[in-house]
Amino acid sequence: MAEGIKNKVAIIGMGCTRFGEHFDQSAESLMVEAFMEALADAGLEKKDIDAAWLSSCFDEVNVGKAAIPLAAALKLPFIPVTRVENFCASGTEALRAASFAVASGACDVALAVGVEKLKDIGYGGLPDFSQLRGAYNRQIFPNMTAPGMFATLATRYFDRYGLSSEEGKRTLAKISAKSHYNGARTSKAHLRREVDVETIMKAPIIAWPLGLFDCCGVTEGAAAAIIVRADKAKDYRPDPLYVKALQIAVSPEEEYRFQEWDGTHVETTVRCAAKAYQEAGVKNPREELSMFEVHDCFSITELVTYEDLLISPRGRAKEDVDAGFFDLDGALPCQTDGGLKSFGHPIGASGIRMVYEVYKQLQGKCGERQLKNPRLGLTHNLGGFPANCVIAVTIWGNEP
Amino acid sequence: MKGIKAYGVSLPYYRLKRETILKAMGWFNPGPAALLGGEKAVANHDEDSLTLAVAAGRNCLSGTDRSGIEVLSLASTTLPYRERSNAGIALAALNLAPECRTAEFTGELKAGLAALTAALGEEVDGSILVCAADCRLGKAGSNNESLFGDGAAAFLVGRDHVAAAFEGSYSLSYDFADHRRIEGERFIRSWEERWIREEAYTKFIPRVIQGLLDRTGLSLKEVAKVILPPLGARDHLALAKSLGLDPGRIQDPLLGSVGFSGTAHPLFMLAAALEEAKAGDRLLVCGFGGGAQALLFRVTEAVNDLKDRTKVQAALAYKEEMNSYAKYLSFKNMLPKEAGIRGEEIAPTSLSLTWREQDAVLRLVGGRCQACGSPQFPRERICINPRCGAVDRMEPYAFSDRTGHLFNYTADHLAYSEDPPNLYGIVDFEDGGRYWFDLTDCRLESLRVGQPVRMTFRRKYRDEARSLCGYFWKATPFRS
Repeated sequence: MAEGIKNKVAIIGMGCTRFGEHFDQSAESLMVEAFMEALADAGLEKKDIDAAWLSSCFDEVNVGKAAIPLAAALKLPFIPVTRVENFCASGTEALRAASFAVASGACDVALAVGVEKLKDIGYGGLPDFSQLRGAYNRQIFPNMTAPGMFATLATRYFDRYGLSSEEGKRTLAKISAKSHYNGARTSKAHLRREVDVETIMKAPIIAWPLGLFDCCGVTEGAAAAIIVRADKAKDYRPDPLYVKALQIAVSPEEEYRFQEWDGTHVETTVRCAAKAYQEAGVKNPREELSMFEVHDCFSITELVTYEDLLISPRGRAKEDVDAGFFDLDGALPCQTDGGLKSFGHPIGASGIRMVYEVYKQLQGKCGERQLKNPRLGLTHNLGGFPANCVIAVTIWGNEP
Repeated sequence: MKGIKAYGVSLPYYRLKRETILKAMGWFNPGPAALLGGEKAVANHDEDSLTLAVAAGRNCLSGTDRSGIEVLSLASTTLPYRERSNAGIALAALNLAPECRTAEFTGELKAGLAALTAALGEEVDGSILVCAADCRLGKAGSNNESLFGDGAAAFLVGRDHVAAAFEGSYSLSYDFADHRRIEGERFIRSWEERWIREEAYTKFIPRVIQGLLDRTGLSLKEVAKVILPPLGARDHLALAKSLGLDPGRIQDPLLGSVGFSGTAHPLFMLAAALEEAKAGDRLLVCGFGGGAQALLFRVTEAVNDLKDRTKVQAALAYKEEMNSYAKYLSFKNMLPKEAGIRGEEIAPTSLSLTWREQDAVLRLVGGRCQACGSPQFPRERICINPRCGAVDRMEPYAFSDRTGHLFNYTADHLAYSEDPPNLYGIVDFEDGGRYWFDLTDCRLESLRVGQPVRMTFRRKYRDEARSLCGYFWKATPFRS
């Protein structure tokens, strides 16, 4: 395996807007807010930025195509700016591109900004998928939505492990309740209310067996990060966040087209995590990680991700959920900020928002939900559906 | 000797009880629903005359070699396209060769029998597949609404080893405007029923029967079953009586179970008669509309060689009650309902892409890798098997007749559906191949991981703004 990105770059400044339904704010306004916070956090001026990457996904209803919207919003002075899009992993892709550019020596200070405006479409849920894969899926893909595609993971998982609908739904409800508890303690989250397991169980079904509280919200927001070379990081601040792994894996779609995938896990996560752990030198993630932020677009995604990241044994994540292993006071807290469940999911921004939480936790700045001496944090994005997706896994530490 | 080599039928899964119509519209017009009783077959929201015709054709061809079919005839007054080859779509869905000639019969209600007659007169070496289907619309509360049902029938016509030998036909053609529908109109308009009965039904049909008997030198006594098309609830009984036929010698008009299925109806009844017939029986089938027509068949010993003689029975038994009249109106596109912005979002259809991907979209033909043997859908250049990856080694592989098993599923309330929640899941085909499909003719409660499913050709979407409908395949549970 290649040498990798480990300890080559560090984050020295981050910003994140409050996530929510920003009917009163444009994408431009959200980008400026996240950028200004990051700039102030890093103690830099705009002229210090050498290059920038913008991530956004649904360009039809969001900022549009190309990188001009970022350059124009921030009035960046004719520097290289690139837009990246890779479904829900878009934010992590922007971070990855900025990190690789700095590591290569192509620039010294790189900016990654992710943004998504989704609420200008006039209806709930994500924008219609009928052209998600060009004209092709109009003709042959099922008439599906994200909750439905992830729900199929749940029906299969419940069947495979002999969970009744009630048992399965209760396990998933515990995951959502935990995230809502954490989200209630996070000022920038969209949904800041604790929700109990019984309420979650009784909520209206969105896509069987997933109910309303099994689904993350559709939200707007922006997040930003400023990256420099690791060996220069302490020149900017005493507590930078050092990169340990930045991995992307993309499914060749054999999962839903070849009879091998078992339908109870996300194969692409398994592949991506293995590379990330190798890059970071993590041998036993269950023991070595201090915290992790996973792509809990749906509660079932979080359940299988526990297993796919090799934290819970295959088929036994339920035991860890029942034992409170992932709670804020558990052995390995997950979604300490409330995750997508509480933040919602402005697609282009989410990956950077997750790193924002790791950054703040490792700096000890999380107040009521602050963990004790966290050292190593992981983030995970899933773009697409369980059977065909883009996965991002990043690992970060507070020591070089 | 020309005749019928095989038959097939198709009915939609749903039945609307006339009592349900009466409850909803009886205040307005109690007559027809009360008089007819029983139920009628109602197409699902993803079915139309074209998909029903395809289903009947597939039912007819089950277990039959398709390579000898030289002509495909499609008869209906309610095909989706006024211009574009409906039969071309059906031909592909039936996975027939493009060299197969197509013909469409429409406009007059006897178009079904006209297509069958034309097939019997074809001078080809191979066989002819005739599919007739109709989904005719009556306005809410009308007699026609109660009378009409949706259905389809198909016959394979050829020269040798025929189950029913063709003995002759007789036809009368008039501009008798009992029913009509003009360009741009969706509903059938009718003239007074008494006039239709007195001036045409009771005159034309006896004339074509007598004409046919005279032409063939037979008497009505030598005919085992007479298939009289229904007019109202009981007109066929009075007509039978006037012809001296006791009720046992006329075929059940299926008004209480199917309703009157237009051009398909005499063919459907003929299929039912053939299913019950024994070798040596003579079957006389009549069609009515724009005049009348009668055809005579003699059932042969080969009828005993038909692999499946429960097709009509099975179609009649395959059903679920649609207990909402509002849902019926909605499925028939007669109820403007709030689809919401998501429901109104209809992405444009690229017809050049449709053409390029016709094997996948219409035929459900994927590929089978000649290097590793893995069936796969859709067909791509590089094999999907992670341990193969052979390039350009695919041969065509049809999935439409293969049994699948439901790998996973959901009921999606967020996706816009004409019948929410939308059901879909991944299907594993026996012998290999996996893909995700919409599910139809079922409900969430009936779904289980691993259950057997079969493929059915359906309308995937309707884009009224661009005058298009898209067709594709869905999975549906096997029912015993």
